Amino acid sequence: MIAGLPSTRLRRSGQWGIPGVLLVVAVALWELIVRLTDTPAWFLPAPSAILGALVHNWQLIGGHTLVTLEEVLVGFVLSFAFGVGVAIAIAYSPIVERAIYPIVIASQAIPIIALAPILLIWFGYGLTPKIIVVVLICFFPIAVNTVDGLRAADPELVDLLRSMGAGRWKSFRTVRLPAALPYLFSGTRIAAAVSVIGALIGEWVGSSAGLGYFMIRSASQFNTARVFAAVLVSAVLGVVLFVAVALLERWLLPWQHTGRDG
Amino acid sequence: MVQQSEAPRVIARSDATPRLELAGVGKVFSGPSGPVEALRGVDLSVADGEFVAIVGPSGCGKSTILNVVAGLEQPTRGEVRLDGAALQDRLGRTAYMHQRDLLLPWRTVLDNAILGLEVAGVPRSEARARALALVERFGLTGFIDSYPAALSGGMRQRAAFLRTVLADRPILLLDEPFGALDALTRASMQEWLLGLWDELRRTILFITHDVEEAVLLADRVLVMSPRPGTIVERAVVGLPRPRRYEMVTEPAFVALKAALIAALRGDGGGVR
Repeated sequence: MIAGLPSTRLRRSGQWGIPGVLLVVAVALWELIVRLTDTPAWFLPAPSAILGALVHNWQLIGGHTLVTLEEVLVGFVLSFAFGVGVAIAIAYSPIVERAIYPIVIASQAIPIIALAPILLIWFGYGLTPKIIVVVLICFFPIAVNTVDGLRAADPELVDLLRSMGAGRWKSFRTVRLPAALPYLFSGTRIAAAVSVIGALIGEWVGSSAGLGYFMIRSASQFNTARVFAAVLVSAVLGVVLFVAVALLERWLLPWQHTGRDG
Repeated sequence: MVQQSEAPRVIARSDATPRLELAGVGKVFSGPSGPVEALRGVDLSVADGEFVAIVGPSGCGKSTILNVVAGLEQPTRGEVRLDGAALQDRLGRTAYMHQRDLLLPWRTVLDNAILGLEVAGVPRSEARARALALVERFGLTGFIDSYPAALSGGMRQRAAFLRTVLADRPILLLDEPFGALDALTRASMQEWLLGLWDELRRTILFITHDVEEAVLLADRVLVMSPRPGTIVERAVVGLPRPRRYEMVTEPAFVALKAALIAALRGDGGGVR
């Protein structure tokens, strides 16, 4: 990350300070209420108990996390390639747009939770159905945002390139693609945040490993602290992916963060 | 000092073939409510190294002329000749500059400047070297590695000028390049362009709605009518060069300006 001026650093700490304090207060209240009311651990474990479960089972949870992470990363990369490819085809070909765009949008109306058992029947308990669910969830925000981005290129800029004698490919590389990148990244950030959910859905329906499998198994044993521990890990996974994409964006698009004072 | 003549003052320079010629150019667009005639019977020529300005009311099709010359549009009637040759494909033959600077926000000033050369296939390192040689003249020293967002309006416009001049095309098409600037910046940019043109002597077709700007900068001024745009008045500006901004108050300047404004308003008086 770019080292900020004192004022930006201050602003950034202010940005994270308030939600941080809020979170700490909420967790403390949770701990207090559970202890004061003597709530049974199978119903609502205290944060300390969740942390205990996490530390105690770290090897087990770590193994399941790696399985989920693999599904997420493979699905995410495929969604990215597929989403950007389809977006370029839609933005450049009116025929493809008319044929595919409505289907892309309709695909979001399909309840993926209902589709997951069918994928299980077709592809079994392995990695494939989970990756497909991740792709079904992540593909959409990437594709739709990238289409918007490719259309957002300033027509006068496109004309300027044309007046210079630039061909379609040069114009795409020089104007359309860079103009689309901020949109592409905002879609990718959304996809990163929801990708873990896709993997969990896939695992809930049928699996023998992964954080989703671990949650279901722990819940059936009324080991609620372990369920919460797995929820915590998957949330952290989503946030880490989101932040990774955001950092990549900052690194690749430094001009997005230049102001008059920059 | 004002003559009603099409013969440009500098025509005897090298060869008699004009750099740019429009003969009977007409342009009709198909609009939502029927065809719209933007240009009708436009004749004009620009000699090598000549600075010609077109003034006209907004919406008279001034920019359409430049789009046609650049090859972004084809004329419905008439023809466009570059160095005497009537060409269909004129893309890449001119350097076009708009009122908006149209700098790529994701490129530094230097990399924006070399865009035209890059499209023409000049290697980046050579293009950068050529740009660096002009950076000082364009008042961009110390800003070559900045992104356009960090620049003031005047600097952004100078960066766009650098890109246009550097593109190394025989004709510069300037579409109200100072139109978006405040009055002070505008005046200093006009003086700067006068000095630059004295050095470079490039062929320029300049579009503006500001008569004073046209008279101050150009060798000849053409006045356009409202739509359908056609050239209704042609005047040679006899002011000596190098010109300075103070000339705008000289009697000869004021008289020519008044006559052109009358022509622009369609008073029928013409330039006497």
